Amino acid sequence: MTSDLPPPISSRSLADVARADGTYAAPRHPMIEKMVPGTPFISFQNISIGFEDREVLQSISFDVQQGETKVLLGESGTGKTLLMKMATGLIRPDSGTVTVLGHDVTAMSEHDLLNFRREIGFVFQEGALFDSMTVAENVSFRLREENADEEEIESRVRESLRFVEMEQAIDRFPAELSGGMRRRVSIARALADRPPIVFYDSPTAGLDPVTSQTIITLILRGRDLQDVTSLLATHRVQDAFGLANYRFDRATGRVAPLVPNGNAAKSNGYPSLTERELLAESGLEKNPRHPTTILVLRNGKIYFQGPADEVLHSSDSYLKEFLASAE
Amino acid sequence: MPDSSDTPSILSLLADGIKRQILNIQDYAELAFRSLANLATPPRYWVDTLEQMDLIGVGSLPIVILTGFFIGGVMVLQTSAQFEKFGETALTGDAVSLALVRELGPAITALLVAGRNASGIASELGSMVVTEQVDAMRALGTDPMRKLVTPRVVATVLMLPLLTVVSDFVGLCGGFSVAYFTLRLGAAQFWHRAVDALALGDVVQGLAKPFIFGLIIATVGCYEGLRVKGGTQGVGRATTTAVVVSSVFILVVDTFITKLLLYIFRS
Repeated sequence: MTSDLPPPISSRSLADVARADGTYAAPRHPMIEKMVPGTPFISFQNISIGFEDREVLQSISFDVQQGETKVLLGESGTGKTLLMKMATGLIRPDSGTVTVLGHDVTAMSEHDLLNFRREIGFVFQEGALFDSMTVAENVSFRLREENADEEEIESRVRESLRFVEMEQAIDRFPAELSGGMRRRVSIARALADRPPIVFYDSPTAGLDPVTSQTIITLILRGRDLQDVTSLLATHRVQDAFGLANYRFDRATGRVAPLVPNGNAAKSNGYPSLTERELLAESGLEKNPRHPTTILVLRNGKIYFQGPADEVLHSSDSYLKEFLASAE
Repeated sequence: MPDSSDTPSILSLLADGIKRQILNIQDYAELAFRSLANLATPPRYWVDTLEQMDLIGVGSLPIVILTGFFIGGVMVLQTSAQFEKFGETALTGDAVSLALVRELGPAITALLVAGRNASGIASELGSMVVTEQVDAMRALGTDPMRKLVTPRVVATVLMLPLLTVVSDFVGLCGGFSVAYFTLRLGAAQFWHRAVDALALGDVVQGLAKPFIFGLIIATVGCYEGLRVKGGTQGVGRATTTAVVVSSVFILVVDTFITKLLLYIFRS
């Protein structure tokens, strides 16, 4: 397994690859190039886990395809974070397998997992920044571990912080930052090495609506500018629809609705339920390159899985209640 | 009314408790072994180790000097009263020197460093666990055992013998000061006897113990810190447990090492 891993990130080109249609793709990743086309980037198969005689997740199976953003929706304690941590091997399931970039992470040793995790990004719920390090040291943590040269580290750190609009905080410590700023730095740390997959664990939890929107915008930027495949856990329906109905426009540098001539992005928030229904009913494909799908967890099982629009049109009373609670 | 068959018996509770303790010992032994085995293969975090040496070694210096001086002084006060009965106050240097180098220096320095650093290590690592910093480190592809545990263990193991030497010397200085002012012992007499009283076995004993005690302090601190559960309350519990366990562990191990070293050097 170890020999199967690509060379150090610091020795690879992280430049965007221009597509024929004028858009950009993520840098070529050695592990993706080895994968059989069409293989899911993340695949959960019959995952079960329990604690103290309580089964938290039961036979969970789903895939995340290249470019897809899968939003795990559910109330607190439904096992969203567990799924994210199992995908990175931070927690092992009681049964089942998780395959990421063609590698079965449930069968890897901790040593192999440490090397493997350098190829993926993880944004923790509270940011989990190293509080004894500056913002720059946090963002450059992985590069320093690989002994990249100082010039390279400096340019990558500045680029990542510019991406999340936090370059001014480069020398500050996490304790000096607000909650939203810490999340932004955490996103910069996760994206600094241009990983093909990023896991976002409740990135907007505990933040006010405006800051939450900023975080979702950054995730949109990561997805649409850096071609990131992601799994995002949240209990906020607004986050899911923000990702499903919007895109980040490279040309204008702004967030724009996915449906042409649809409701423009409101300056003070994402569209209401009615506005989102109108967007969905327009019938236009939302985002073929970066589709957003929703997976609702309830009582340890998958309650719903499908495109965001289907959640809106569902007649299921629990889903309706869930959506209404977010309004 | 609960079914009596659901209520665990005292025996099963006892068995569960024993199993948990055996598991704890196994986990602790694994951590202690890996903390040293990590040195055999890269990556090695020398900068982190130096930082920890500064924190643990230089940081502990003031309390070690202060307490060492007064322990030496109080030793003289206690022993001189007995020696005066036999008119052998000149032996004070011997007594202070032997007691400090063989036993009090290593043990008291270790207990002081345990109080200061086992708690510090446990609370620092515990806070990192509850704020998911340890998980973040693993998610970034870095082994917390190598990055956090090994540097602390190496730093404590290397610094404690040095602190003990300082403590022994300062203790002798304290002893001499008190002997000079209360017993009117001359410098030559005190230091000559203090140095002459020490055999090779005493010095080896005094210097071997801190290596073991250093290992205990750092590994217990790291172990308690990394297994924190239950938020800030858990961090507080881990901090207290680290100090209590490492202190008791030091005194218990001290008895066995002393017996072993005495056996080796007498034979």
